[in-house]
Amino acid sequence: MGKMEKPDEMKKAIDLTPKKGDWMTPEVELKKGTYCYGAPLKHQKYLELPNPREWQPHDVDWKLPENWKDIILDGMAKLLKKNRAFKLFMDICVRCGACADKCHFFIGSGDPKNMPVVRAELLRSVYRRYFTIHGRILGKLAGARDLTVDVLKEWFYYFYQCTECRRCSVFCPYGIDTCEITMMARELLNLVGCNIQWVVEPASNCFRTGNHLGVPPHAFKETLGFALDEIRDLTGINVEAPINKKGAEVLFIAPSADYFASPHWYTLLGYLMLFHEIGLDYTWSAYASEGGNFGLFHSAELAKRLNAKIYAEAKRLKVKWILGGECGHMWRVIHQYMDTFNGPADFLEVPVSPVTGTKFEHAKSTKMIHIAEFTADLIRHNKLNLDKSRNDNWKITFHDSCNPARSMGLLEEPRYIIKNTCNHFYEMPENTIREKTFCCGSGAGLGADENLEMRLKGGMPRAMAVKYVKEKYGVNMLACMCAIDKAALPPLLDYWVSGVEVCGVHELVGNALVMKGEKKRETNLRGEPIKGDSKDTK
Amino acid sequence: MKIILPFFTVVLIACLVYGGTRYLEGHILFGIIVPYICFALAIVGFVVKIVKWAVSPVPFNITTVCGQQKSLNFLRHSPIESPASRCGVFFRMLFEVLFFRSLLRNEKVELYGKERRLIYGSDRYLWIFAILFHWSMLIILLRHLKLFLEPIPHWIIMLQSLDGIFQSHIPPVYISNVLVFIGLVFLFLRRLKRRVMYISLPSDFFVLFLIGGVIVSGMLLRYVYRADILLVKAFLFGLIYLNPIPYTGFGTMFYTHLCLISVLIAYLPYSKLMHMAGVFLSPTRNLRNDSRARRYINPWNYPVKEHTYKEWEEEFKDALKEADIPLDSEDKG
Repeated sequence: MGKMEKPDEMKKAIDLTPKKGDWMTPEVELKKGTYCYGAPLKHQKYLELPNPREWQPHDVDWKLPENWKDIILDGMAKLLKKNRAFKLFMDICVRCGACADKCHFFIGSGDPKNMPVVRAELLRSVYRRYFTIHGRILGKLAGARDLTVDVLKEWFYYFYQCTECRRCSVFCPYGIDTCEITMMARELLNLVGCNIQWVVEPASNCFRTGNHLGVPPHAFKETLGFALDEIRDLTGINVEAPINKKGAEVLFIAPSADYFASPHWYTLLGYLMLFHEIGLDYTWSAYASEGGNFGLFHSAELAKRLNAKIYAEAKRLKVKWILGGECGHMWRVIHQYMDTFNGPADFLEVPVSPVTGTKFEHAKSTKMIHIAEFTADLIRHNKLNLDKSRNDNWKITFHDSCNPARSMGLLEEPRYIIKNTCNHFYEMPENTIREKTFCCGSGAGLGADENLEMRLKGGMPRAMAVKYVKEKYGVNMLACMCAIDKAALPPLLDYWVSGVEVCGVHELVGNALVMKGEKKRETNLRGEPIKGDSKDTK
Repeated sequence: MKIILPFFTVVLIACLVYGGTRYLEGHILFGIIVPYICFALAIVGFVVKIVKWAVSPVPFNITTVCGQQKSLNFLRHSPIESPASRCGVFFRMLFEVLFFRSLLRNEKVELYGKERRLIYGSDRYLWIFAILFHWSMLIILLRHLKLFLEPIPHWIIMLQSLDGIFQSHIPPVYISNVLVFIGLVFLFLRRLKRRVMYISLPSDFFVLFLIGGVIVSGMLLRYVYRADILLVKAFLFGLIYLNPIPYTGFGTMFYTHLCLISVLIAYLPYSKLMHMAGVFLSPTRNLRNDSRARRYINPWNYPVKEHTYKEWEEEFKDALKEADIPLDSEDKG
């Protein structure tokens, strides 16, 4: 990416007013840096996906099956029958355009086909042509288009330029959800084998080894071991991390990036320290060693296949309930899909905090709660000794991750934790947080390196909001609760803002947590000297 | 093209009716046959569409959550934006349908000044004019009920006198007539903006012109070419009770108005105007955000190929042993 434009130039090039004309002619320029590579054959085969082949989007010949058109139209007919939302969203859009400038990819790129309404029209035009009377008769006049290879290529380009963040659906007067439309389009593209490496490879790894990164069980144990060593160096305390322990009370599941990537790593340290401090009887699982679910970005079926491990493992290990780590789309799956996919979890019990006795009634069916809910409850009951000043190095703002915000409503829990672990917390402008939060630009499987230019464009609105609080309050730390955010936001902020780092909420907890018997902390979890005026605890 | 074609289509329909009744004695055709055909098309279309929507299941709970979930009791739950109960959903839908809640959130984004700062401003014009248009339309529809009900219910008379409260003319100018027109003109002008134009289809303009035609012909019928209201009522009763009176004495404007309305309702189920029914069925709005408290059932949930623990243990046996992770296959207890 040596030739990347400077931020100013990139911003200057954005024109939110489209050129004259319309979107009806399918044309797509696969510009390097704005699309993701195709899925490798090995992984397509492992997951037994349709039309497996070596394939790249920039190839002239996409090696589609002979009857690809029939496959897609047949698939569309089935999806329309199986999913009311799809049918409804194809029928009722009035093209008012309220969604247009709500999409981060449109704001960041100015590409008019990134307006959610047009993204949907790309699919709707084909729906009209083959599934409605007026579309069949009036053709182009009714906004109908024939399904051609160019249309398919356009679908690929633009439906892998949507991060399924659901921001537009907040503003749509009919609740039309582009995420749902993108999911349907990807289901269709999958039928003829058009999917991307960054989705299929992690999904295939996860199916085989248990996690996206393909970490085998011994390496999993080893890496948790490193974390325990770091905690010992930092606090002088021996912390344990049980794996596949039968009969533990709680199964803990986090996104795999937490134990293999940075700055996720410090969040992992935070979890481990917290669990030790409250004496939680819990276990990790090497089999279900992934909370995330890249199957969701592929198809409902693949999402279900990957998700099945969580309940299966909870049953095998005979735990009482499940606790989930900081992740975004993982929580969409757990909150809105898991129980439907693989429930009922009648072999588990309604989660009860062993420390405070709080019964988490809101998860009484799924039996899985979010660690922010768990920790906020601990803090509320004064069960943690927290020294806020240990986070005084930072002026913090909080980025709501799309899925926990708009698919779950997890808005106050993280804020409650942050306010109780830090002295300096500042909100970004209200148009950019909570249910109106902006995506990092890399969700839904688009976080590939080769897609960096598009990711930077899509993340621009988020970055600008961070820049605003940086300039206004001197914010230098962006807290978030999503593994993709933690991977995507650092390069995004480097490009647009600079001088703002990214952390997880439980990293802040780990820093502030005064553990029984710990030695005086000289540094925070990152090994940086603590600036704050720490109350000297024994 | 997007504008001219739909415009002339509507003009053509109006001219056909106007000319047909004025010069070709087409009163029966345009007064009875066309309305019947259109009405039949509307009913069939409407029923088919609703049934098709209704029979397709909602496999997942995909609520779009716009507020704090109901979780810990010390955090303030947002009962309408993130409804956990039926009552919450009821109010969410009520605000959505009656007051266009989501549209009220609308804001605009601009890259401002030399620095190209990204700024947000509230943008409620669409909301205001949409409210004006839809509410006026509703009032006009309700007023028209007086033509179909005998005796006329008291509340319609009340509504009518309220609507005509600024009585500077005889007959009184209804507020709703003025506002619906203003709303419609705004919706039209807005479509001409480059960005909205880009996303507009000919059908978007067709609907505007058609409704415009209905409004204009209706106003002409009321203020200029007046029809005898009692005769109209008798005529419409005939139509409703399938006993049409072959009366041909109305002015051409009456037939024009009647036919434009007929075309509008016939077109309705096949067009985006179905948003009026669809909004009630939208799964992102009409479901509860309680999917962890109450299992949501997918009627076509089917078993999928999984990678079971047993297969996994078999594959990673050596690694597991090396790492001293307990194995099920060697678990003697």
